[in-house]
Amino acid sequence: MTELTPVLSATWGLERSWNFDTYCANGGYEGAAKAMKMAPGDIIQAVKDSGLRGRGGAGFPTGMKWGFLPADDGGPRYLVVNADESEPGTCKDIPTMMNAPHTLIEGVVITSFAIGCHHAFIYVRGEVVHVLRRVMKAVEEAYDNGWLGKNIQGTGFDLEVTVHSGAGAYICGEETALLDSLEGLRGQPRLKPPFPAVAGLYARPTVVNNVESIASVPPIIAKGVEWFTSMGTEKSKGMGFFSLSGHVKRPGQYEAPLGITLRELLEMAGGMREGHELKFWTPGGSSTPIFTKDHLDVPLDYESVGAAGSMLGTRALQIFDETTCIVRAVERWTEFYKHESCGKCTPCREGTYWLELILRRLEAGQGTRADIQQLLDTCDSILGRAFCALGDGAVSPVASSVKLFREEYERHVDEAGCPFDHAKSALFAYSTSADSLTGARSLTSAEEAHA
Amino acid sequence: MTTTADKTPVTTDLVTVTIDGLETQVEKGTLIIRAAEQVGIEIPRFCDHPALKPVGACRQCLVDVASPGPDGNLRAFPKPQTSCTTPVSEGMVVHTQLTSEEADRAQKGVMELLLINHPLDCPVCDKGGECPLQNQSMSHGRGESRFVDTKRVFEKPLALSSEILLDRERCVMCQRCTRFSKEIAGDAFIDLQNRGAMQQIGTFNEDVLGFSGYGPVGAAAEDEAGNAFSSYYSGNTVQICPVGALTSAAYRFRSRPFDLVSSPGISEHDSSGSAIRTDHRRGKILRRLADNDAVVNEYWITDKDRFAFAWQNQPDRLTRPLVRKDGELVEVSWPEALEAAAAGLKAAAGTSGTAADKKAKGVGVLPGGRVTMEDAYAYQKFARVVLGTHDVDARTRVASDEEQAFLGANVAGTGIGVTFAQLEKAPAVLLVGFEPEDEGGVVFLRLRKSQGKQRVFTVAPYLTSGAHKLDATLVPAVPGREATILDSLTATTDAFKALKGPGSVIVVGERVAGVEGGFTAVAGLARRSKAAVAWIPRRAGERGALEAGALPGLLPGGRDAASAAARKEIGAVWGIEVPHGKGRDADGIIAAAAVNSIDALVIGGVDASDLDADLLAAIKTAKFTVSLEVRRTSVTDAADVVLPVAPPSEKSGTFVNWEGRLRSFSTAIPTDAMSDHRVLDLLAREMGVDLRTGTVESVNAELASLPAAAAGQRPAAPTVAAARTTVKAKATGVDALVLSTWHQLVDEGSLQDGEPHLAGTGRVAVARVSPSTARRLALTGVVSITGNRRASMDLPVVVTEGMADGVVWVPMKSPNSWVAEQLGANAGDTVMVKGASA
Repeated sequence: MTELTPVLSATWGLERSWNFDTYCANGGYEGAAKAMKMAPGDIIQAVKDSGLRGRGGAGFPTGMKWGFLPADDGGPRYLVVNADESEPGTCKDIPTMMNAPHTLIEGVVITSFAIGCHHAFIYVRGEVVHVLRRVMKAVEEAYDNGWLGKNIQGTGFDLEVTVHSGAGAYICGEETALLDSLEGLRGQPRLKPPFPAVAGLYARPTVVNNVESIASVPPIIAKGVEWFTSMGTEKSKGMGFFSLSGHVKRPGQYEAPLGITLRELLEMAGGMREGHELKFWTPGGSSTPIFTKDHLDVPLDYESVGAAGSMLGTRALQIFDETTCIVRAVERWTEFYKHESCGKCTPCREGTYWLELILRRLEAGQGTRADIQQLLDTCDSILGRAFCALGDGAVSPVASSVKLFREEYERHVDEAGCPFDHAKSALFAYSTSADSLTGARSLTSAEEAHA
Repeated sequence: MTTTADKTPVTTDLVTVTIDGLETQVEKGTLIIRAAEQVGIEIPRFCDHPALKPVGACRQCLVDVASPGPDGNLRAFPKPQTSCTTPVSEGMVVHTQLTSEEADRAQKGVMELLLINHPLDCPVCDKGGECPLQNQSMSHGRGESRFVDTKRVFEKPLALSSEILLDRERCVMCQRCTRFSKEIAGDAFIDLQNRGAMQQIGTFNEDVLGFSGYGPVGAAAEDEAGNAFSSYYSGNTVQICPVGALTSAAYRFRSRPFDLVSSPGISEHDSSGSAIRTDHRRGKILRRLADNDAVVNEYWITDKDRFAFAWQNQPDRLTRPLVRKDGELVEVSWPEALEAAAAGLKAAAGTSGTAADKKAKGVGVLPGGRVTMEDAYAYQKFARVVLGTHDVDARTRVASDEEQAFLGANVAGTGIGVTFAQLEKAPAVLLVGFEPEDEGGVVFLRLRKSQGKQRVFTVAPYLTSGAHKLDATLVPAVPGREATILDSLTATTDAFKALKGPGSVIVVGERVAGVEGGFTAVAGLARRSKAAVAWIPRRAGERGALEAGALPGLLPGGRDAASAAARKEIGAVWGIEVPHGKGRDADGIIAAAAVNSIDALVIGGVDASDLDADLLAAIKTAKFTVSLEVRRTSVTDAADVVLPVAPPSEKSGTFVNWEGRLRSFSTAIPTDAMSDHRVLDLLAREMGVDLRTGTVESVNAELASLPAAAAGQRPAAPTVAAARTTVKAKATGVDALVLSTWHQLVDEGSLQDGEPHLAGTGRVAVARVSPSTARRLALTGVVSITGNRRASMDLPVVVTEGMADGVVWVPMKSPNSWVAEQLGANAGDTVMVKGASA
C-alpha cells in the first residue's frame, strides 16, 4: 500500500500557512540557501539527476529543459512560471499558490540562480484574483526579507519577480501563447522553432515551467536527489499531486509518489459516494483519454498510463459514477474546448465547433448513428493536424468515450433521448427543467457571440 | 511585356530533397511548399503567401515528411507536417497528397472543416471563379458536405473602410490580410478579434467586441481619416484574400472574373512604374490588380494604383475635337480642328509666311508631368522643330534651374541608377523633401521591408506617420532651409555616419527644387558621404520627360541645350538646326503668356489647380491656346482648340520609373483615341513638318538612334549657395508661418476623380504646427490660413510633437486644402495663420 508523501502540501494544514514566517519556521528557504552556495551547473545537474519531469502535463524532464538554454551571451534570459492552470479537473497549482506560495517563490529563486536569470515572471490565471493577491503578497514578503531584489542574502545575486495576471484564455497555458500574452500580444501559440529556450520572452532564451515543477525544486535541493528518487517508479521519479474530484467521498489534493493507483487513492478518499460505483475517470484532466474501472490498478506514472492508452497529464482525476451520462459529460468538456479554442488553426477552431454541435444533438436525442461515426471522423481531422496540443486534447474525451461507451451513444440515438436522470448524478439540488443546455434549441446569434 | 523576370538567385548552399519521387536540389532553408513548386507540384494552401512570414494557421498544406536521423536512416515524422512552415533539409523525403494517402486524408479533412462554416454563396460571391477556396475544394475536397448543423453567421458586410468590405462568414482566418497589414504596410488597423469559431478579422469595433469604454491605442489610433482601416495599401488585402471575405466597394457585385479580359499595364499614378493588371469587359475597366514584378513592385500596389481608374471615363471625357467659334467651343472634325490649331500656332510661331510673322512672339509648350516618354518626346520635338523654341517644360510643379542642372548632370540619360533592390539593401537612407508613403507609393513598402536592417533619416518639418512606420529619425528642417541642414551634416552627425555605410542612398524628392541650394547641397552630401542619390519625383511622366528632353534647357538624353555639340548632334537626327537661346521654364512660360510675351500655349495634361501660378489668366491673355486633354478641364474650357487624347489604358507607350527603368505597356482597351505623340505628329504635318512621332515604334526608333550624350554635352552640376534667409518672404508679421506642404497619396488629384470609395480612405486635411507655435499663436480648434491671393483655408489644427517651430503644414490638395489654388503659395513661402476666434 502506497503512503501519502506530503512535501509541497506539508504545511497546508498550519495556521496561516501562506505566511513567510510560517514557511520559514518549517524549513522554508533552506533549499534556496543551500542552492546559492552551489555552482549553478551543479543545481541543474541535481535536477537532471532527480529525474524531475514537467508537472504541467507533458512530463518533459525539467533539468533537460534548462540545459537547452544556449550559452550565456551577456544578454537577459528569463524564467517564466506557468500558473495559468485552467484545464477542467486540474486543481493543484492554485491550491499550492493559495496555501504555500513561498514554495513557488523559493523554487523561482533557485531556478533563476541555476539558469542565470535575473527577471522571472509568474503568469497567473486571470480568473483567480484571490490567488493573484496571495502570490503578490508573498512576493512582497520575499522582497522584504531579502529573498528577492538586489544582492539576495548577500550573495550578489539579483532577481526581480513580476507577477502577471492572464486575461481569461485557456490557450495561454500553452507556453508560447503564454509568452505572447505576457508580451502584451494576442495569446496564440507561436510557430516553433525557434523554441522558447532559444528565443522565448522578448526573443530571449526562456525557460517556461509549471508551478508544481518549480515548487518541487527546493525540496530536491534541500533533501537531496536520493530522497527524491526514492519515491516514484523507475522513469517517473518523485511525488506529485493527485487531484480527486467528482463522485468521491473526500475530493481534494493527495500528494503521493508517482505510480500510485486509483484504487489506492480512492481508498484514501473514502471511496465512491455512498451506494454508487465507478463508471469512468480521467487520469490527467479532461484532455486525456478516459479510463474505466478496468484501469483501477494502472500505476499512475507517465509510462504506465501511456501504455494503457492515456496520459498522466496533470494528475487531475475526475471521478464519475454510474449515474453519469457519458455523452453529456463529453458534451460539456467539448463545449469547453470549443469555447477556449484560440481560433488560430482550422482543425481546432472548426473541429471543436462541429463536435460540440453533434454532441449537443446526440444528447438531445436528435442524433443519428452516422453522427457517431462523424464524431470519430472529425476527431481524426483534428488529431495531429492542429497547430498546438490543444486540438489533440480536445478530441481525447470524444474519441476515447466513443471507443469505450459506444453502446451508450447508440442508446441516445435509438431511444431518441438521454436515458439518464441528470438529477441523480448531481451533488446538489438539481432540476432538469432548468437545464437549457440539453434542450434541442440552438443558441441565438447573440448568445453565440457571447458564448 | 511589363513584368521583369526575376533573376535566378545566386545559390551557394544547395540541399537535395525528394518530393513525390522527384529528386531536386533547392537552396537550403527553402520551405517544402516552395521546393514542391519548383518541381511542379502544387500543394493546396490558404495562409501561405510567398511575401509573408510563415504562420501555419490553415493547416491545408499538410504533407508527409521523413528526414535522415543522426544515424543516416530515414525517419518519418509521426504526423503530417505543414509544408508552408517546414524548411527542407538534406536528404529529406516528402510525400504530398499525390503520393501519400495520409497527407491526402489530412488535407481533405482540413478542407472539410474549412467548409463547414463557409457559406455556399459562390454564385453571388465576387471571388467565385477565381477563388482559391473554390478551386482547391474542387480539386482536393469532398464532393459533398457532411455538415448538417447550423452554420455560423455574421452581419454582413462590415465596412472596414469606405473601400474595403468584410464578409466575416466567408473568412477562413488565414490571416493574410492582418499579416500584410502588420508585416508589409505597417498599418495596425485590422487584427483578429474574439476566439474560436467566433474569431474574426476586424477593426477595433466595440459592437463586435461586445464591450465599451476602451478605444484603440498606439499605432491603431493614428487614424486621421476617422476610419479604422486607414491605409494606402489596403486594396492588397482584397487581392491576397484566398476567399471572398474581403471585397472592394468599387468592384463588389460588378462582374464575374471569367467575363473579364485582363491586360497587363503600368500604373500612371506615380513614378514607381508599378506593374498592374487591368481587367475590363466590353471596353469598360472593372478593376485593376497588382501584377507580380519582383524587381519593381513585387506583389503590391497602392490603393491609388488599384482603385483610381474611373477618372478616364467620366461624363466629361473628350471624344471629338473642339474649336472655339464665336466664343463657344463646338465639336468639329479632326481635319478642321487640326487646321485651326495649325493656323493659330503658325501665326504665334511666326511661320505663317505673312508679314505678321515678324511680330510673332512665339509659343510655349506645357506637356505636363503625366504623359509617356514618347509623348514627352513629341512635345519637346514639336516645340523645337515646329515652333522653333526651347519654351517647353513638363515640370508643372515647383521647379528651378538648379534642379534642371542637377537632373541634367546626374539623372537624365544615365540609365538605371539606384534600384528598388538597392534601396532595400541600403544600410542607411536619407530622405530629403520626400515622404515615401505619400509621394513614393510602393517605395514606402520597399523601405519598410528593410525595417530593422536599415536606418532611415528624413529631412522634414515633422515625423509623419509614414516615416514613423519606417522607424525614421527626423532631421528637423524648416521648408526652404533644407540645404543648410544638409550642409551641416558632417562627420560628427549620426545621419552622416550612417550614410558612410557602403550602399547608402540619399533619396531626393521633386520638392527640393523649391529649396535654394537644395540640389547643390544634396550633391555635396553625396560627394562627402559617397552615398548614391536617387531622384524620386511624384508623377509617372517626370523621368520620361527628363529623358525625352521636355525641359527648356535639356535636349533628349540629358544633353545641355546650351551645348553647340549637343544641338548639332540632335539637329542631325532631326534634320534641322536646333534653335539657339534659352528656354523658359513652366512658371516662366505662364508668366510670359500672362503679359503677352508669348502669343500661344500648347498644353498637355496640366491641371490649372495644381499650379500656384495662374495658368487660366495666362490662357485668357494669350492669343491662342491648344489643349491636348482626356477630359474637359478648366484649361480646355479656356482653350481655342481642344484635341482629345487617349488615357493610359487606351494607348501604348513607356513610363520611365524613378530608377530609370523603361516600363513599356501596350494598349489595354483599343479605341480610336490617339496618344499625344500621334496628335502632335498630325498637327505638325498640318503645319508642314514631318515630326516622325506617329507611332510609339517610330519615337523609340529615333530615341534608340541617339548615342549616349558625350560628357561635354551634359550640363555642369549646379553650384547654388544655400538660402541665407528662411523664407522667400512675402508675408510677414507675428502670424506668419513658413508653409510646408506636399500631396497626400489619396487626395483630390484629378486622376482620382469618380472614385468616392477611394476618396473616403484619404486622410482628413489638418493644419499641423509645433506645440510652441500653437501656444505662441494661440492656435486651437479650427485655424484660418491665408496666402498670397484668393481665398483662405479653414482647417482643424493638430499640434504635432517634435515639429519644427514657425512652420505650418497642410496637405497640398486634400478636401478643403487646395494650397496652390487657395493660397497661391508653395512650400517655403510664408502664410498667415490665425486662430478662428481671432
